[in-house]
Amino acid sequence: MIAEIGHYALVLALGLALIQGVVPILGVRIGDPVLAGAAQPLAFAQFLFVALSFAALTACYVASDFSVFNVFENSHSAMPLIYKFTSVWGNHEGSMLLWVLILSIFGAMVATLGRNLPAGLRANALGVQAWIAAAFYLFILVSSNPFLRVANAPAEGRDLNPLLQDIGLAIHPPFLYLGYVGFSIAFSFAIAALIEGRIDAAWARYVRPWVLAAWIFMTLGIAMGSYWAYYELGWGGWWFWDPVENASLMPWIAGTALLHSAVVMEKRDALKVWTILLAILSFSLSLIGTFLVRSGVLTSVHSFATDPTRGVFILAILVFFIGGALALYAWRAPMLRQGGLFAPISREGALVFNNLFLTTACATVFVGTLYPLALEALTGEKISVGAPFFNATFGPLIVPLLVAVPFGPLLSWKRGDLLAAAQRLLAALGIAAIGIATVFTINGGGPVIAPFAIGLSLFVMTGAIVDLAERVQLLRQPWQVSLRRAAGLPRSVFGTAFAHFGVGVLLLGVVCESNYGAERIATMKPQETIFVRGYDLTFDSLVSRQGPNYRELIAKYTVRRGGETVGTLEPGKRSFAARGNSTTEAALMTRGFSQIYVSLGDPNADGSISVRIYHKPLVLLIWFGALVMSFGGLLSLSDRRLRVGAPKPARKSAKKSSLQPAE
Amino acid sequence: MKRVMKRVMKRALNWIRATILALSMLGAFPAHAVQPDEILADPALETRARDLSRELRCMVCQNQSIDDSDAPLARDLRLLVRERLKAGDTDTQILDFLVARYGDFVLLKPRLTAHTALLWLLPFLILIAGAGALLALRRRQRMAGVSIRLSEEEEARVAEVLKKEGL
Repeated sequence: MIAEIGHYALVLALGLALIQGVVPILGVRIGDPVLAGAAQPLAFAQFLFVALSFAALTACYVASDFSVFNVFENSHSAMPLIYKFTSVWGNHEGSMLLWVLILSIFGAMVATLGRNLPAGLRANALGVQAWIAAAFYLFILVSSNPFLRVANAPAEGRDLNPLLQDIGLAIHPPFLYLGYVGFSIAFSFAIAALIEGRIDAAWARYVRPWVLAAWIFMTLGIAMGSYWAYYELGWGGWWFWDPVENASLMPWIAGTALLHSAVVMEKRDALKVWTILLAILSFSLSLIGTFLVRSGVLTSVHSFATDPTRGVFILAILVFFIGGALALYAWRAPMLRQGGLFAPISREGALVFNNLFLTTACATVFVGTLYPLALEALTGEKISVGAPFFNATFGPLIVPLLVAVPFGPLLSWKRGDLLAAAQRLLAALGIAAIGIATVFTINGGGPVIAPFAIGLSLFVMTGAIVDLAERVQLLRQPWQVSLRRAAGLPRSVFGTAFAHFGVGVLLLGVVCESNYGAERIATMKPQETIFVRGYDLTFDSLVSRQGPNYRELIAKYTVRRGGETVGTLEPGKRSFAARGNSTTEAALMTRGFSQIYVSLGDPNADGSISVRIYHKPLVLLIWFGALVMSFGGLLSLSDRRLRVGAPKPARKSAKKSSLQPAE
Repeated sequence: MKRVMKRVMKRALNWIRATILALSMLGAFPAHAVQPDEILADPALETRARDLSRELRCMVCQNQSIDDSDAPLARDLRLLVRERLKAGDTDTQILDFLVARYGDFVLLKPRLTAHTALLWLLPFLILIAGAGALLALRRRQRMAGVSIRLSEEEEARVAEVLKKEGL
């Protein structure tokens, strides 16, 4: 019964979406505020029904109702409760349901939070949002229904893919989807603006918070996915340039570009046509990502099932929305007026530079991901495009961008002074140079490029600090004055500084992990010891354990440093009876930002076991950097100027804030 | 004495149990990437082997290099690479050998050929095209007479006003 309620609620949501896709837009067209205003209650009702549907599926999972085919395929009665919840989206059908749930949440949020939006823009945007929703409801109902029943209910389920039985599944997909789907708001607003044929700086102000929120979630989602792969897959890698990873990276890069170009649009009324295009592209890339992952074109742990009809269906959605949006853009964009002139060396110029390189980097990932598919379809020739290709192309493209990061915020709007900015960055350049020299001295014969990359990361980090220091006139004024100035700075200034600082932190982690790591591959007998980077790892014993739905073989290690025990490590191997497969459970020991990573191989007949031991210097900075970036985004999001619906500041306070350095 | 015996017995039993468990699991687990027995004695050759392995695709896997993969085929290829290295082949010779045997699919970094020229050149073409478009846009703005620089006349007026204000 519960499954049927969920199914029915989804059908009703589809009905509501169809109405919402037509009535409000018609209302705006004929100038009827009642029809146009229907969008808000409709969006809210849609959310309620999708939430009901999602709750129904969750209830089926928690109750282990194996008469529902989806539950039977992906759950097991002995599975811990948390995984019963998360396995709702640990499969194709359920994950699509999560997708539309998040879409409806965003729709309802626009309806409730967007009170200050112009009525026409909001009605049109919600209308477009409903088209997207309707397409995906239809997709779920026709080709991916999670509520189908089995005639004779089996007694036991087939269990969730063991790789997915992890806390990562609770965080990674929802966050990533919040990002993917969040870009749909920017898309809907862009289409709404094109329908109206009118766009101004205020548009950027409405859209930026949504883009920012989506970007924060996506940053966290990708970082979490990366860390999950790092500890779960057992060979210590954190980014594989896998097509599925690229599918999430592309909208992230486009979204990052969009964030920056929207600033120009909001502040200077320039780059409008380009920003609209980026808004369309960001969500288009999200859709392409969904297509690549869900259609079975690519096979990976993410593509739960391959079914050609699904692929064709998503492809149709893709062609309709991307093709339609771009056609509308080609038709309407020339009518939009450009404004706000600026010199090449200016804040705007720096942001254009950022956009040029980010777009190229995004295109590189796009081409590298799809080229093998296209080539095989056209010529039948099979080639591989893997990590070495991306490292060779993406890497060099990112370097100029990173060099430019500290300069951007120091240039003034309209016309900037590059030399003055460079002078103010002297401290950062000095620290970078000292860093490079230090690394070269310590590692005389090591890698050649890595010290420079470390220097670059230091430059980006100190550059972000210099930006703040300049604004509060640190050391040039008494510290009380500096402190007062800091309190008066808009939060978005801190947001920028934190986000840019995070980029430097991330880069530092990446460079150190990939250039200065140590690795030991060995067969170890009990009581044997291996030495790695100042740590002695002794293999004590091999034991077995019984988990709730798996058996586990564990190797116990004691880690000593200079004779003193610093801890134990228990890497394991789990075998899951229900699916007959196994996972490697790596053991990690965190020392500062570095980690010791132990992953088990095969046990041998003589009681020995093959093992991989890594020392990964500063590896945690990779994800910490992403966290800092997200925190910067959050600070920026909390800036009152960005909050939709924030009242205009009173005249007096506006005057007061104009005394602060211009942002 | 008895207690000690018991403890020893218990230990032994535990050990036997673990060994049996380990044995029973032998078949259940996939082999691990880069086995200890594969490693070459010469560290320089081994480093080259690892570097080469990262450029070669495990053809039965999903986008994994043979260095990362635990598939039997990847192990065979790793051993093959090391055999050729010991025989004194250069890196290029080894890659050529593998391409001749398995086709271009085995390379994770495709070689520059007529069919992959677009793949390699597109990033740079896009960058150049983007920069070109920006320059063209700028020139068009300048041609249309829109300039952000002040004319001489305007500069003079600004100077005059500033002078009047005593700045």
